[in-house]
Amino acid sequence: MAEPLIEARKVEKFYGVTGDNRIQVIAPLDLCIYPGEILALLGPSGSGKSTLLRILTGLAKASAGEVLWHGQPIDGPVPNVSIVFQSFALFPWLTVLENVEAPLKARGANADERRKRATQMLDVVGLDGFESAFPKELSGGMKQRVGFARALVVEPEILFMDEPFSALDVLTAENLRNELLDLWEDQKMPTRTVFIVTHNIDEAVLLADRVVVLGKNPARIRTDFHVDLPRPRDHKNPRFSELVDYIYTVLTQPDAHPEVPAATPSKPHYPMLPHARPGGIAGLLEILADRGGNEDIHHLAHLLSFEVDDLLPIVEAAAMLGFANVTEGDVEMTPQGKEFLEADILHKKELFRTAALEHVSLLAQIVRSLQTKSDKTLPDEFFEDLLDEHFSEDETRLQLETAVNWGRYAELFDHDARGERFFIPEESAVAETIAAR
Amino acid sequence: MSIQGLARSIVGERTWSLLLDAAVFVAILAMICSVLMVGHSWLGPVESHAEISRSPSALPLYSLYSLVRMAVAYVLSLIFAVTYGYIAAYNKRLQGIMLAVLDILQSIPVLSFLPGVMLAMVALFPTRQVGVEIGSIVLIFTGQVWNMAFSFYASLKAIPKELREASRVYRFGWLQRFLQLELPYATIGLVWNSMVSVAGGWFFLMACEMFQLGQRDFRLPGLGSYLQSAASAGDTGAILWGLAAMIAVIILLDQFVWRPAIAWSEKFKFEQVEATAAPESWVLNMLRKSPLLTRLQEMTLTPLEEKLCARTAAAEMSQTNGSAGKVVLAVIIATTFATVIGYGVFEAANTLRGVSGAALVTTIESAGATFARVLVALVIASLWTIPAGVAIGFSPRLARVAQPLAQIAASVPATALFPVVLLGLLRLGGGLTAGSVLLMLLGTQWYILFNVIAGATAIPSEFHEVAEIFRFSRLDRWRTVILPGIFPYLVTGLVTASGGAWNASIVAEYFHFQGKVLQTFGLGAEISSATDAGNYSVLLLSTVVMATLVVTVNRMLWRPLYRLAESRYKLEG
Repeated sequence: MAEPLIEARKVEKFYGVTGDNRIQVIAPLDLCIYPGEILALLGPSGSGKSTLLRILTGLAKASAGEVLWHGQPIDGPVPNVSIVFQSFALFPWLTVLENVEAPLKARGANADERRKRATQMLDVVGLDGFESAFPKELSGGMKQRVGFARALVVEPEILFMDEPFSALDVLTAENLRNELLDLWEDQKMPTRTVFIVTHNIDEAVLLADRVVVLGKNPARIRTDFHVDLPRPRDHKNPRFSELVDYIYTVLTQPDAHPEVPAATPSKPHYPMLPHARPGGIAGLLEILADRGGNEDIHHLAHLLSFEVDDLLPIVEAAAMLGFANVTEGDVEMTPQGKEFLEADILHKKELFRTAALEHVSLLAQIVRSLQTKSDKTLPDEFFEDLLDEHFSEDETRLQLETAVNWGRYAELFDHDARGERFFIPEESAVAETIAAR
Repeated sequence: MSIQGLARSIVGERTWSLLLDAAVFVAILAMICSVLMVGHSWLGPVESHAEISRSPSALPLYSLYSLVRMAVAYVLSLIFAVTYGYIAAYNKRLQGIMLAVLDILQSIPVLSFLPGVMLAMVALFPTRQVGVEIGSIVLIFTGQVWNMAFSFYASLKAIPKELREASRVYRFGWLQRFLQLELPYATIGLVWNSMVSVAGGWFFLMACEMFQLGQRDFRLPGLGSYLQSAASAGDTGAILWGLAAMIAVIILLDQFVWRPAIAWSEKFKFEQVEATAAPESWVLNMLRKSPLLTRLQEMTLTPLEEKLCARTAAAEMSQTNGSAGKVVLAVIIATTFATVIGYGVFEAANTLRGVSGAALVTTIESAGATFARVLVALVIASLWTIPAGVAIGFSPRLARVAQPLAQIAASVPATALFPVVLLGLLRLGGGLTAGSVLLMLLGTQWYILFNVIAGATAIPSEFHEVAEIFRFSRLDRWRTVILPGIFPYLVTGLVTASGGAWNASIVAEYFHFQGKVLQTFGLGAEISSATDAGNYSVLLLSTVVMATLVVTVNRMLWRPLYRLAESRYKLEG
C-alpha cells in the first residue's frame, strides 16, 4: 500500500484533567489517509467528526497522540491542505475573485498569477462571469462553488470537506455532489485525496471509496471499509442499499458489531430467464402430477423423447416460479405447483402473476419501469440497454421474447412488435394493483 | 440605448469626473494649507491671555482649530484602540487585566483629569502653545478611546470560527489576516463607536478650550472658547453666530464624514443575503466615481499593500522563534508599568496625607449631593424620553421627521450650550442648584432617547398584533409588551447617561461667568474649585471618590441589571 499522506497515531481529545471530571471526546484512534481515495467520515451529530477533521488538518491540537504528515509530526496547520466549510466561510467583503485569490496571496503569488489561476479555477467550478460579484449576491450553491474554487486553487494535497452540502437544499446538494464526482473522475480536481465529513449515509456511499464510521461518547472508529461499487453509482442498486443499511445499523446500534456485508461479486442483476412458455410449464406440472409429483429428470426426458437440454429450461422455469423443486437430478412438484395446476384459467393467471413478480426480477423490473411512465409505455431499446450489460445481444433479444410471453400470460404488460414498445394495457388494472403492492 | 444617448451619457460622466477631480484636488490643497496654519499657531509662544475674538469673521478659523484638535485626537484614539483591542484579544495572559483596566477607565470622569494633564503638558512645553494644545488633545483622547478599544476587542472575539479557520488553513500572514479578516469584521462597530466617541469628544473639547487653573487662564482659540466668551459677555449676537457655526460644523461632519463612512461600512456587514435598504451617501458615490482617486489608489496603496503582504507572507513561512526576545520585552514593559504605578501610588498617598478630616467629610457629603442630582437628572430624562422614544419607534412617519432633528440636537455638545443656558437661567432668576440638573440633562437625555427608539423599533410586529387581538388595555400593553421589549436598550441608555451625568457635574456645578464664580454644593464643584484654587490634595481626593463611586455603581447596579436584560428580556431569533 502507498505511503499515507496523513497518519493519526493514538490521537485523542479530552477536556479537563485526568480523573473523574475528564470529558473524553475522542478515544485514542489511528487513522491513515492515503493518496487517490475519497474518504468519507461518518458519525452521528456530536460525535466529534469535525473535531477529528480539525486535528487532522492541524487546526486543532490533539490532547494526546500525534499526527504525521508524510511521516513528519506536525505543529500547526498542515502546509498544503484546504478545507471546504459547511457555512462556506467566504469573506463577505471580498469579491468572488478576491476570495479565491486570497489563499494564493498568502502564498506570496503576484497579482497576475493570482488572477490567472483564480479565474481558471472559477471556470472549472462553473462560475465564470461572477468574478466581481460579492458572496451575498450569490445563492447557497454558488457560494459553495466559490468555496470549492478557493479550496482547489492552491492545489491541495488533501481536500478536506466539513459537511459541505448540509447547508444546501436537497436538489442543489445533489447537483453539486455529482459535479464534484465528475471533476474527480475526470481528474480535473488538482488534489490527490478528498476527505469528507458527513452525517448523510447516502452521500458517503455515493461519493466515497472508503467509509469510516465513528461512534459516539467518546468518538472511536466503529468500522472502516472500502465501497466496492463501480461509478456512477445507482441508489437503486441492491448493493448500494445493502451498504446503506449496514452503516445505518452500525450508527443506530452502538453495541452491535455487524460484519461488512460480503460483496456478491458480479452476480448478474437479472437471473437468466429460462426460455420456456407458460403452457410448457403447465404441461410439465401435469406430467409430474401424473407421475406422483416426483420424477428423475433424465427419466422424464426419456419418457417424453426429449433431449435433456430441451427439457431443462421448462424445469428451470418451474423451479424459478416456485412451482417445482430440483434436487440431485430429481424434479418435485411443490404445493404452489399443485395449486397452480388445479386452478381454473383465471386463477392460474393470478398465481402465475404473483409468482412471477415475486421471483422473476426482470418481469418485476419491466412492470416497475412502465409504471413510472405516465403513459405506461417504454421502447424495447430501454430494456435492451438494461440487459446489455448482462447478456449478449442475441440472448438479450431471447430474454425479452420470453419476458413478453410470460408477461402476456400473467397479464402484466403487453408488447407492440411493430412499434417496438412495451406497454401496460389500460384494462389490466390488476397489474397496477399488484405492482403497487 | 441609441448611440447618441450612449455618447451623451459618456460625455456627461466625463465632465462630471473632471469637476469632481478638481473638487478633490482643491480639498487636498485646502487640507495642506490648514495643517500649515494650525502648525504655525501651535508653535507660537504661549498666549496665556489670548483674547478670543467675538467677531463672526473669526468663526471659520476657530471652527478649523477645533476640528483639527478633534481630528488629531480621533486618529490617535483609533490607533490606540486598534492596538489595545488587538493585544487584549490575542494575548491570553494580558486579556483579563487589560479588560478590567478598560472597564475602569471607561467609567472614570475624564474632566477630573483636566487640570493634571494641562499642568503636565504646559510643564513639558513651557514656551509653546503646543503644550496646551496637546493637553486638550490628550483629554479628548481619553474621553473617546475606551469604547472604541472595547468595540474592536469585542469584534475580534466575535469573528466566526470558520472564517478564522479559513484564514489559518490558507496560511494568511498577519498583515493579510488583519486587512482581509480582522479589520473588515470590526469596521462597522468601529464606525458607530467613532461617531459616539467624536460626539463625546466635542463635549470635552468645549470644556477644555477655556479654563482657569489657579492664577493661570488657559485659552485656546476655538468654537468652545468663542461660545464661552460670548456668553460671558452676554453678547447674544455672538452666541447665535457661534451656535450656528457649531451646528454647521456638525452637519458638515455628518454629510462628509459619517454618512459616507456608514454607507461604505455597509460592505463589511456580515450577512448572508443582501439588505434591501442599504444606507447611501452622495459624497461616497462621488468619491467612488472619481478617476483621480482610483488612479491614486492603484498607484500607491495597492502596490504598497501587495509588497507588504508578500513580505509578511514570506516571513510567516520561515517563522523563527523569538520567544527569548519576547520574554525580555514583556519584562521591560511590566517593569515600566509597575514603576509608574508605584510612583503614582506613592505620590498620591503623599498628597492625600494633607487632607483634613473635615475636608473628607465635606467631600463625602458633596458626593451625596451630586449622586442625588445625577439620579434626578436620570429620572427626569427617562420620564420624557421613554414615551417620546416609544412613540417615535412605533411610528415610521414620526421617526422620519423626529430622528434627524434629534440627532442634530444630540450632537451639539452640551458644554457648548452651558454658557448659553446659564445666561438664560440667570435672566430667569434661577440658581445653579437646580440649573446644574438641567445642564446634566442637556448632555445625557439623548443616550436614553436613542436607545429607547432603537428598542421600540426592535419589538416584533407580532407582539403588537397579539396586544391588538387580545384587546390589551394601555396599561397592560406597557407592562407586558413595551417595557420588557425596550428594557435591555433602556439599561444601555441609562448606563451611558449616568456616566455622562457624572462627567457633566464637573462643569455644571461650578462656573466662571461674567467675571464671577457660580457654584453649588456637589462633588463636581469640589473638583472644579479645588482646581481653581490649586488645592491638589482635595482635587485628588474628590477625583478618587468620584471614580470609585462611578465604578461601584456600575458594578452594583448597572451590571446586574444588564445581566437581567441579557438573560431574561433578550429577544432572540
